[in-house]
Amino acid sequence: MSTIINLPDQSTARIPKMNFLTKENGLLSWLLTGDHKRIATLYLISITFFFFIGGALAGLIRLELLTPQSDLMAADTYNKVFTMHGVIMVFFFLVPSVPATIGNFVIPLMVGARDLALPKVNLLSWYLYVIAGCMAIYTMAAGGVDTGWTFTTPLSTHYLNTHVISTGLAIFVAGFSSIFTGLNFIVTIHKMRAPGMTWFRLPLFVWSNYAASLLMVLGTPVLAITLVLIVLERTVGIGVFDPAKGGDPLLFQHLFWFYSHPAVYIMILPGMGVISEVISTFSRKRVFGYTAVAFSSVAIAVFAFFVWAHHMFIMGISNYSALVFSLLTMLVAVPSAIKIFNWTFTLYKGSVTFETPMLYAFGFMGLFTIGGMTGVFLGATGTDIHLTETYFIVAHFHFVMVGGMLMAFLSGIHFWWPKWTGRMYPEKISQLAALITFIGFNFTFFPQFILGTLGMPRRYAAYPPEFQSLNVFSSAGATILGVGYLLPILYLTWSLKYGEIAGENPWQATGLEWMTQSPPLTENFPEIPIMDHEAYDYEWLERQKQKEVASVG
Amino acid sequence: MSDSTAVANGAAAGTVDSHHGEHPPYQRHHFETVGQQFDATNFAMWLFLLTEIMFFGGLFTAYLIMRNWYYPAFVEASHQLNVGWGTANTGVLIVSSFTMAMGVWSAEMRKKGLLLVFLGLTLLLGLAFLGIKSIEYSEKWEKHHVPGLNWSDASFLNPASDPEVYKEYHDKPLPPDMAEKTEMYFFLYFAMTGMHALHMIIGISILIFMIFRARADAYTTGHVTYVENFGLYWHFVDIVWIFLFPLLYLISRY
Repeated sequence: MSTIINLPDQSTARIPKMNFLTKENGLLSWLLTGDHKRIATLYLISITFFFFIGGALAGLIRLELLTPQSDLMAADTYNKVFTMHGVIMVFFFLVPSVPATIGNFVIPLMVGARDLALPKVNLLSWYLYVIAGCMAIYTMAAGGVDTGWTFTTPLSTHYLNTHVISTGLAIFVAGFSSIFTGLNFIVTIHKMRAPGMTWFRLPLFVWSNYAASLLMVLGTPVLAITLVLIVLERTVGIGVFDPAKGGDPLLFQHLFWFYSHPAVYIMILPGMGVISEVISTFSRKRVFGYTAVAFSSVAIAVFAFFVWAHHMFIMGISNYSALVFSLLTMLVAVPSAIKIFNWTFTLYKGSVTFETPMLYAFGFMGLFTIGGMTGVFLGATGTDIHLTETYFIVAHFHFVMVGGMLMAFLSGIHFWWPKWTGRMYPEKISQLAALITFIGFNFTFFPQFILGTLGMPRRYAAYPPEFQSLNVFSSAGATILGVGYLLPILYLTWSLKYGEIAGENPWQATGLEWMTQSPPLTENFPEIPIMDHEAYDYEWLERQKQKEVASVG
Repeated sequence: MSDSTAVANGAAAGTVDSHHGEHPPYQRHHFETVGQQFDATNFAMWLFLLTEIMFFGGLFTAYLIMRNWYYPAFVEASHQLNVGWGTANTGVLIVSSFTMAMGVWSAEMRKKGLLLVFLGLTLLLGLAFLGIKSIEYSEKWEKHHVPGLNWSDASFLNPASDPEVYKEYHDKPLPPDMAEKTEMYFFLYFAMTGMHALHMIIGISILIFMIFRARADAYTTGHVTYVENFGLYWHFVDIVWIFLFPLLYLISRY
């Protein structure tokens, strides 16, 4: 099979002695670092840890649902397990996944800067994440919380005696961690671009992270104040969300979804950025309709703030507002479709090769399209009333978040792994892992669409026996999926020591991050680069190579 | 960057690592120029204030909805606030914004003495604000107007039982289901002014830190970013109060 991988001669190649990993040694040099690449590494380790906690909880859920009765755990315990699964996966994995790790690592490199604009704030963001993570772990150890990750009032304020307060505060702190990441990205993209790096020469990964950062900065504070109100409600009994005191539980829904709907775009937009980079690199073509893809990210960010009430169609909002929000929800499908179509056109007549990042990217395109289309079903008020609170919702959300975002995350990790560590991951086994993930994913979540349309409600430990066969399918698929996620951990760790030396630019990609050594220097570039070509200009790259050959010859 | 610093540092550059020598000591290494550093941190501060607006925005939304629903309760409950103290506090904060602005100016002019005076005055005015606020809060506690902890709606079921306020406003008794909504007003009052006071306390702590740093010449050698960005924060907290004052104190007066 053809490939574009171009590695230096392995017998002579060495990892550069001086790089950001070897510059300083010792635990303190990591804990007090201001280097965006080290903070990204810290984030990568932390979110992987939480991903496996969340994943283990998901495993428990699927194990319980193997049989119609609630026999593995009590219904109460089941509620806690799915709540903690949601809280950890949403706030401790998906939200920081691509931005805080890959984004943190490559955005300064891509714009040609030495670091993010505010390195100390970047470190603070990681510490806040760790503090929040400890609070979440404390919550689990102390007995958990069973409100669902949505904290629906008055359930969360009046009817439960689990650890709502510590979970709420954990998410509050995690929220500030995400605000600081977003703020840092926006400032960096505005103020730290290298000479010649105009807005329309930025890689699309930067555009999509910029859009996600806008959402983090504008949306997260609203979630923060909402959680403060929940905590106050439980501690001093204030009643803004308590109908008995004249408060309004719907107000909670409005405030919560004002953040939490944009939050799903915080999770998906950076993933879309990864896909743009990967698709372009492995089809050797500039992304089709660069400007349209760039602006579609911003359009998604803007629309994101005007669709939140589609989570509330059955909660007694007025028919007219349901109508308007339904229409606006359909509109979000447009910029998402622009991206999918443009990626497809990028592939058209490109020299496509099938390295691991590309396989994950194909997974993303297929699964995200299904996830997005089913979102249109749910945005239509009529079908929503039939499908909401069933497994259809669960399947839709996981198609977008696991099939979409997690695939994009893995694609990005493989794509930038050579830059990050200086070594290649093993190609064959990782292609296998991508395939296993794709198969496992479809086995796990596709049956849930059927279960949902048949009417199986979500969030119950028990279900009618006629749903069992599809649930067995789903649980079996989850096992395959689990293998698909364990494999990368193993071979990526292996590659740290035994992987092939990658050299500066193993993919023949055009971004500025590939124009410096791997792993990069602490200050990223020996000298600040000057951007003298458009983004994704592969002809420019060819000319560069010929020039080098000529000058060496 | 002033030329004299550049020359002085440039002379030393030959002996030390050249990367360190070319710029003034307060320029962080990942910035190309001092101008870029100033622009970036300033822009970051504005963005942070934007998140603060969204943070308070949630509370203001709750306030506006509840006020529309329970307008009579909000009017009578607001009569329990002392407009005199509120006006005094508004004045205190506006003056403190002025002294803060003068502080930024002194730092730009490299006048250390004046900077210390203005930062000190700003600190005193900030403390005065909190002092007045605590007088108001303790008044609420005495009258059982602290929702959740020490609450009674007697003043609204029977306004005549509260002669001081009654004398001024002659409020009619509220029906019980409306009278109990005054608790909502007071909750929002405490949440909004409390969140504002928390920002004041954070501001005052930073001010104290800054006074120590200013004594050590940190802000009068050309690097005013910190003072200027803190000034932005301080003005922002004042502006929040400028909105809180009419919304909470003056409901029936305009």
